[in-house]
Amino acid sequence: MGVEAARAALATTSAAVDEVVFVTTSPPYLDKTNATAIHAALALDQGVGAYDAIGAVRSGSGAVRHATGGSLVVFSDTRTGLPGGADEAQGGDAAAAFLYGEGDGVIAERIGFGSATGEFLDRWRTPGDSYSKQWEERFGETALVPLAEAALNAGLKSAGITLEDVDHFIVSGLHARANRAFKATAPDLTAVIGNAGVAAPAVKLADVLDVAEPGQVIARLIIADGADISLWRVTDAIKAYRRASTVQEQIASARGTLAYNTFLTWRGMLDREPPRRPDPERPAAPPSQRREEWKFGFTASRCTKCETRHLPPARVCVKCRAVDEMVPERLADVKATIATFTVDHLGFSLSPPIVAAVIDFDGGGRFRCELTDVDPTTVKIGDRVEMSFRRLFTADGVHNYFWKARPVRSSDG
Amino acid sequence: MASHGIRDRVAIVGMGCTPFGEHWDKGVDELVIDSTHEALASAGVALDDIDAFWLGTMGSGISGLTLSRPLKIDYKPVSRLENMCATGSEAFRNACYAVASGAFDMVAAVGVEKLKDSGFSGLTGSAPPSDGTAASMSAPAMFSLLAPAYAHKYGVDEAEFKDVITHIAWKNHRNGALNPRAQFRKEVSKETICNSPLIAGPLGIFDCSGVSDGSAAAIIVRAEDAHRYTDHPIYVKALSFVAGPAAGPIDPDYDYTSFVEVVRCAEDAYKQAGITDPRAELAMAEVHDCFTPTELVLMEDLGFAERGTAWKEVLAGTFDLDGELPVNPDGGLKSFGHPIGASGLRMLFEAWTQLRGEAGERQIQNGKKLALTHNLGGAPGECVSFVSVVGSEPAA
Repeated sequence: MGVEAARAALATTSAAVDEVVFVTTSPPYLDKTNATAIHAALALDQGVGAYDAIGAVRSGSGAVRHATGGSLVVFSDTRTGLPGGADEAQGGDAAAAFLYGEGDGVIAERIGFGSATGEFLDRWRTPGDSYSKQWEERFGETALVPLAEAALNAGLKSAGITLEDVDHFIVSGLHARANRAFKATAPDLTAVIGNAGVAAPAVKLADVLDVAEPGQVIARLIIADGADISLWRVTDAIKAYRRASTVQEQIASARGTLAYNTFLTWRGMLDREPPRRPDPERPAAPPSQRREEWKFGFTASRCTKCETRHLPPARVCVKCRAVDEMVPERLADVKATIATFTVDHLGFSLSPPIVAAVIDFDGGGRFRCELTDVDPTTVKIGDRVEMSFRRLFTADGVHNYFWKARPVRSSDG
Repeated sequence: MASHGIRDRVAIVGMGCTPFGEHWDKGVDELVIDSTHEALASAGVALDDIDAFWLGTMGSGISGLTLSRPLKIDYKPVSRLENMCATGSEAFRNACYAVASGAFDMVAAVGVEKLKDSGFSGLTGSAPPSDGTAASMSAPAMFSLLAPAYAHKYGVDEAEFKDVITHIAWKNHRNGALNPRAQFRKEVSKETICNSPLIAGPLGIFDCSGVSDGSAAAIIVRAEDAHRYTDHPIYVKALSFVAGPAAGPIDPDYDYTSFVEVVRCAEDAYKQAGITDPRAELAMAEVHDCFTPTELVLMEDLGFAERGTAWKEVLAGTFDLDGELPVNPDGGLKSFGHPIGASGLRMLFEAWTQLRGEAGERQIQNGKKLALTHNLGGAPGECVSFVSVVGSEPAA
């Protein structure tokens, strides 16, 4: 999700990226940096830094506070709770990414910031647990609301404005009652997509930016272990800001067909009868590193003698047999058409059946891969697809990231 | 440079083949002992008479010791080969060349696979450590890619296509029912085949070959020596093997309605054997029906039917046991079973049996003297292919 959000963000701008910061409460790895996979999937230069801000929901506020020109901050979270609980019902998965910049091109400039911090047990999760715990709701509300008021006042003061000057007031946090103490004017979205933890305030800001007008003021209050507020003034550059798909469009395009048992399986909360097949092998580190540009960046190669594209990249051309005459060519953003396909009921998948297809890329090149976000009963030859970065499976604690194809979402397929 | 072939220079003088199936009571050792000693007995020779051995197995053992240890071979060369599902044919091919070269007088080719001990459905295999980017698809899924492509190209609707592949499964089960060594020995109704649970694409469980254990073996000598061992030797007319650039999965020009490797391989084999009209000249063919759409496409690739017409020929019964060119008269991989390393030699065993008139209830009596075996490994667009032609008479 983080990669997808970052790709969408970078598609709207040509500004340079100096660092990638990945913010999440549900990191795939500890010890190992997760942002490096996003860095690789975006095919960023090695001189671009990649860092995680993980663990607490408040990490997101810290990342925003410290973002400088060139920071690509990716907020991505999966939130759930134990089956039957409120956290499960109210949790959500989402990601949003922002590229921070300086100068004329920015679509919103920061005009203020405020913070208030306290130490108390409202919500916590012990490392290793798949769900978080919360003290009595009223206690957290009592502790959080005064801190949030303090942060709000500090932020408004630093911007030299009052709440009346704010056109879009976003309030976000995992404590619903504390949130309700403030009169947010921006769409809450929680009822539609759930509360996506660190990603929730990011998605709300993206949603506001989809409709904001030049000169408007946005205030975003994030309540977590205290509160942080950031204030922004929308610039004229917003007029030229065009997204492939707005937050509301993405919500409207949801398939909404995820079965509860499939959801639980993905969350690791339901062991299901596996196929009578060997478990998948974990990807090996050396070949994954050797082929980083392919595996993460979906960078193929093109023969300079005859222009034939090769997926995966090859040294010898399949058409003209030229040796070592290839140049790299990234195809992550190139669309393709299904040449043939199958629905595999035997192969291993967290979400059987596997739908696999042979796809031919616009401008040349063919690849055989899994399809995702697809209805196996309606897929057909000639369907248009686009690439999406995914976790294929996890084996021996190693996540296998690679690309799948999915039916094109926009009508420009 | 050219493929010259070794037409009529070597001959098979003995063969053995275990029943294929679930041999819970037999391991690899027992299977190779059974097939090899049956082959030795049929040639009327002893183990010591064999000068060199070729063992084909994909995953049931490594090195020549897999054969020499159970058989107690007395310090002879034993090669162990693997070439995916064409492994058994590869053992046979190399053994033939060793005799043709003059290096040895009498050799044995043995194929074996013990699949049922794994506890898994379908084939399993361990791949080298990888970057995890290869599509994880089962074998039936790979071959089922042929189905929508073929149907789309030739305008065959879904129901018609299902009838075609159902006919192939029905035919091979019907043939296998007549074969005491086959894994599945009963006829299955078209209705049952058609309604069987789906495995991949339009392929149901009955469109897939049998996962089984088994072994087969052949004794090969120079053609001029053959009559010392049997009155009815089978002469090797052609041996062809092709591996290509595996272009299909990366080249949009490949349309998933043909195996390019098979086309090339068949051309080479027909040239070696002097065959110009395979459909008319062959008494029978054993082909690699790992999944029913594979057999359909092979009918065109091997030149048994014009492009785009095999589906009609299948429905018309052209390749049935009593048809114009019987295909897989022993039941094929579908019904006889597919213990990988043994299958290529099992195909030759049927050619041996039919051409010598020993096929009993399923004996083909069309008076023709040539048989073809075709064996492939891999997947559409990226396979290895083997074609042999054998005959009951040396060239005049």
